Amino acid sequence: MPPPADAVARGATLAAPPPHLPAGAAAHGGDRVWNGLLVAMGGAILAVVGLVVLELVKVSRPALAAGATQFLVQKTWDPVAGSFGALAFMYGTLVTSVIAIAVAVPVSVGLALFLSEMGPPRLRPVVTFAIETLAAIPSVVYGLWGLFVLVPLLRTVVEPFLARTLGFLPIFRGAPIGLGYLAAGLILAVMILPTVASVTSEVLKTVPASLREAAFALGATRWEAIRLAVLPYARPGILGAALLGLGRALGETMAVTMVIGNSPEISASLFAPGYTLPAVIANEFAEATGDVHVGALAGLALVLFGLSLLLNSVARLLVRLVARGPARVAA
Amino acid sequence: MRSLPLRRAVDALVTIACGAMVLLALVPLGSLLWLVVSKGAPGLSLSFFGALPAPVGEPGGGVGNAILGTATMVGLACLVGLPVGIGAGVFLAEKGDGPFGRAVRFTAEVFSGIPSIVIGIVAYGLVVLPMRRFSALAGALALALLMIPTLARTTEELVRLVPGTLREASLALGIAQWKTSLRVVLRTAAGGILTAALLAIARAAGETAPLLFTALNNQYWNFRPDQPTASLTVQIFNYAISPYEDWHQKAWTAALVLLLLVGVLNVGARLALRRSTAGGRA
Repeated sequence: MPPPADAVARGATLAAPPPHLPAGAAAHGGDRVWNGLLVAMGGAILAVVGLVVLELVKVSRPALAAGATQFLVQKTWDPVAGSFGALAFMYGTLVTSVIAIAVAVPVSVGLALFLSEMGPPRLRPVVTFAIETLAAIPSVVYGLWGLFVLVPLLRTVVEPFLARTLGFLPIFRGAPIGLGYLAAGLILAVMILPTVASVTSEVLKTVPASLREAAFALGATRWEAIRLAVLPYARPGILGAALLGLGRALGETMAVTMVIGNSPEISASLFAPGYTLPAVIANEFAEATGDVHVGALAGLALVLFGLSLLLNSVARLLVRLVARGPARVAA
Repeated sequence: MRSLPLRRAVDALVTIACGAMVLLALVPLGSLLWLVVSKGAPGLSLSFFGALPAPVGEPGGGVGNAILGTATMVGLACLVGLPVGIGAGVFLAEKGDGPFGRAVRFTAEVFSGIPSIVIGIVAYGLVVLPMRRFSALAGALALALLMIPTLARTTEELVRLVPGTLREASLALGIAQWKTSLRVVLRTAAGGILTAALLAIARAAGETAPLLFTALNNQYWNFRPDQPTASLTVQIFNYAISPYEDWHQKAWTAALVLLLLVGVLNVGARLALRRSTAGGRA
């Protein structure tokens, strides 16, 4: 297609508008429309987030009107008696997420180190593909696997073993029923592994080769180079990866709902059934009776929203800090 | 300083430990895929794709209505989610370097981490409360809201793969910026955008939590978007937590169908990306 006759003049205005043209002539009409359209699309994201916050506050108002502090610190959750306290769910969310992080972070860091620093490069695409597959599996399928594979395994093998060997700790006491905090935490560990592992790998990639080489030049073994040069540099980024994983673990719903046992109690034992914020919303929202019950569940969602907002913001900033690192060193 | 053999031994031990972590990470994946295939495959039949769910104890029956429901809701979600998500992604790639662009990018990143169940409540407030009815529309809105942030970020990254020289060549020929964006940059990035869209669709098809109290469920065929609708994922959930052996079997088969669907979409996304990057390099 031949360019329109005025294209040359227009092209010239792109670089430097000739002084005799009015200022508006620099931007072609089509450019202004296109620009406006794109900015509107970007603004749509901000609008959507605003809408999400407004709606959450609106739906949860009936419960929050009854007292937000009491809602947060009260332990009992009894919709029939009209008492709504979030504490047991926050506890369950905390415990399961901590288990998930405690398992997923060491595995992810070990995996990322092996792939980027130690193992044969040919292994990298294969394992990366496997981890991406893990990330693509829907939550409800994890739940199915957890319910019929992980829970029986915990009930018959792992929990009796832990009770025998580490039973002096209060967290490993009680009847091994399978469904509970431990099952939920472990399935969460599997589910957040792709997030933590891929972000950790990205972070390790940004570590300047010169640091590693300096350590090798001083006679360090591979592990010493990692421990003394690579890990200290990557630490904020790995922390960011862990927080991103934590953010995912907090909000994960289906798999946890299927294996945690769904009992609004606070128990020290990890074998005991519990409940989490997303799980109670999933189980009760559709059948919630009355504005206060719906409001209380939406209030739980608001807590969840606030937590994940906080975690994700901090995590993104940390990861960015490391990514910006090389420039800082070079400067 | 410790002796060299000791330091070498520590190095070897750590290497083995890290290698073990790789294997440990792959065990759940292997176990899950093997079980879904081995337990799900015996239940596969033509009627499983086409029939309505059968009551407990009755042989046969399928998840036809759930497959239709998932397709309906994902389709409706695409009508809103794809234009907004892709549009925002193109904005970020083309004009996203200023303070406004950075704010949008950060918001999209943080928004993509918001739990899907929270988005479900938003859709409930926006659609179910005013309509006083659970509906496919509400489910579709939740899926659309979930698609947008991730889609925007993926689209941005893939549009940014287009070499700057292509854009410069077009501008140097005197072609207007908007035409350069649309006809040169976006046409080159079309494969990448397709990849981003397919990944977003795959993710939406696998969502369960936000559908529980927006689309609810339905035992029958539903062709109306303002009525409660079944979905493959909610059906798997209901079958799995039921006490019936017969339904557990169906949960595995439905999970196999879901994994196949998600797998096909992911493979499609990879193929589109491969074609796109090859085109970009040429």
